[in-house]
Amino acid sequence: MTVSAVLISGAIFSMLGLSFAAVPLYRMFCSATGYGGTTQVAKIAPATEGQRDIIVRFNANVAKGLPWSFEPETPQIRLRTGKVATVFYKVTNHADRPIAAQALYNVTPENSGGYFDKISCFCFTEQTLGPHESADMPVVFFLDPALEQDESMKNVDQITLSYTFFISKNPAPVTASSDHSEGSDKPL
Amino acid sequence: MATASAHPAHPTGLKRYLFSTNHKDIGILYLVFAVIAGVFGAFLSILMRMELQYPGIQIFTHLAQIVDGAAPETAIDAAKNLYNVTITIHGLIMIFFMVMPALIGGFGNYFIPLMIGAPDMAFPRLNNISFWLLPASLGLAVISLFMEGAPGMLGFGGGWVMYPPLSANTGHPGPAMDFLILGLHIAGISSLVGSINLITTIFNMRAPGMTMHKMPLFAWGMLTAAFLLVLSLPVLAGALTMLLTDRNFGTTFFDPSGGGDPLLFQHLFWFFGHPEVYIMILPAFGIISHIVSTFAKKPVFGYLGMAYAMVAIGIVGFVVWAHHMYTVGMSLDTQRYFVFATMVIAVPTGVKIFSWIATMWGGSITFRAPMYWAIGFIFVFTVGGVTGVVLANAAADRALHETYYVVAHFHYTLSLGAVFGIFAGFYYWFPKMSGYLYNERLAKIHFWMFFIGVNLTFFPQHFLGLAGMPRRYIDYPNAYMLWNSVSSIGSYISGLSVIFFLYIVFQAFAQKRLAGANPWGPGATTLEWTLSSPPPFHQFDTLPRIVGSDSH
Repeated sequence: MTVSAVLISGAIFSMLGLSFAAVPLYRMFCSATGYGGTTQVAKIAPATEGQRDIIVRFNANVAKGLPWSFEPETPQIRLRTGKVATVFYKVTNHADRPIAAQALYNVTPENSGGYFDKISCFCFTEQTLGPHESADMPVVFFLDPALEQDESMKNVDQITLSYTFFISKNPAPVTASSDHSEGSDKPL
Repeated sequence: MATASAHPAHPTGLKRYLFSTNHKDIGILYLVFAVIAGVFGAFLSILMRMELQYPGIQIFTHLAQIVDGAAPETAIDAAKNLYNVTITIHGLIMIFFMVMPALIGGFGNYFIPLMIGAPDMAFPRLNNISFWLLPASLGLAVISLFMEGAPGMLGFGGGWVMYPPLSANTGHPGPAMDFLILGLHIAGISSLVGSINLITTIFNMRAPGMTMHKMPLFAWGMLTAAFLLVLSLPVLAGALTMLLTDRNFGTTFFDPSGGGDPLLFQHLFWFFGHPEVYIMILPAFGIISHIVSTFAKKPVFGYLGMAYAMVAIGIVGFVVWAHHMYTVGMSLDTQRYFVFATMVIAVPTGVKIFSWIATMWGGSITFRAPMYWAIGFIFVFTVGGVTGVVLANAAADRALHETYYVVAHFHYTLSLGAVFGIFAGFYYWFPKMSGYLYNERLAKIHFWMFFIGVNLTFFPQHFLGLAGMPRRYIDYPNAYMLWNSVSSIGSYISGLSVIFFLYIVFQAFAQKRLAGANPWGPGATTLEWTLSSPPPFHQFDTLPRIVGSDSH
């Protein structure tokens, strides 16, 4: 009977462990499959252009508690699959102190995540802006021509790339994150 | 039966129950606890139905002033919050403190050892702690009602599913959610300890000759449910722990600002949540099988099919969780898979329904009160199952998601299904547990009151849902009034029937009509009917020996 109790307890603790293991696994799964609109990272541009033109719209948000403004240079572009595009976002820090922030992103519809390839992006690293500093931040991307073969992409003629800048959770270089914990972003 | 002198005299009074290690006493404690929690949960649901009887906000503005001490000028906001808190706590109480304690802790503890011919549970002291953790857990949940949740509001109002960001600091920064999380942790530990006990008992303590394939179906249902608990509850515990650290220690498991994903919580929650609904219904399946067989005076039709149908439901129940999440933006192929897997569950469920009918077919049926409840169960559970197949379709669910259609569906399977199972089991086993007969006529009146009441409550909610009425709102447009009023009247009838039920129990104890060992006659073949009613404090000093093949 002890054996059975120990085995069942083992099962309980392994399920508990698995639930925590689900966190990195879920992230790996999303970035590998583009699930949930997770975009892909590419090293080089594709060799050939595709056949379809798709409208890519740009959406920019700033999370509560971050005194930045953030907007795309152009609201949308028409892009041939396989062709590389570069789009700039204008970002300004309105505070009197340097602030570090991280942009998070996804694309909608979510099934297009696997075909949205970024070559470089300001969202890959944390960005720091000095007091009242402005910057043009680029994203270089293309749409994988493979999407033309995906039936679920057949009726998709617009893709929205959305960014949200969140104040950095790493307290290291700047003092910004202390504002966060002091409740500058208290809910409404 | 050996003499009782082999055992020391058993404790009496308060000590007997507080320190009890006896599976029957603990089972009774669980049942009493479930009745108290159930009455409270039903009271909350009647408050909601009173509010929804007419459009506008009437009852909860007054309640908010009384319960939360809200000022009259802000009472309308406090009322909306209190309504959300009420739906949340109603769901949690009914699931964790009513259905599970009644079926698993109550009937499971009391009848599993009796039915498999064991003297007690495998770990009697664990059994004690697994019960006494529950009142502590309920206490934390009740405390949470009176702690700040959303800013300036009392209690957690995010629904029993507790999705972040509403349940994270964004939505409910106050300590109400933390109390609820800790309460659920404790309830979870209680259930897990109980499952360890049940599985060990069933695997190791069956009477000589009782092979797994001769084991009563109630034991099969409990065994499957206990396995589901072992495999699913730790995932809820993990998800809630992550939520707790997100709320208090700056982790970002579900917080996008740190790279987390709130959707992950939904996946983890439903990986627990879906098996959970089968945990609540599988023991009831077992009870219904025994009752149908007893009162049809026939062995259960397709015993092995019935047992393995429950196992199949349990296994498939683990791979369908995302059918609760069709609207979160999953790829079409993912949705297709979950639609298909969900519909597969209808197959073993159909096996069970048809086997019950086949058990009755050609049987010599006596319509005693438990049989009323069992047939009522089969009816309402089939209705709930059919709407479940409708909702399994991602395309239909896109329109019906978060409407009253869903509310009607899961209340037909649980509020009606599981609860009919509980009442069926109660009327079947009450003579065994108490030694007294209840008034058969009153029990049948109770059945008809409850049956009409709950059907009147929940059937119109299908219409409301199809007409687009969303759930979890305190108010609605006038167009929805008719069926809401009907539904409210149904809930009052059900509420009265619960009071009537308490009277039936009281009357049975007052009249003291002795039941005898087996009040149901030759159809009742399981081992508990070979013992006296109530069974001796310690049973099976000489283990029963199972011979032949039709013990179930």
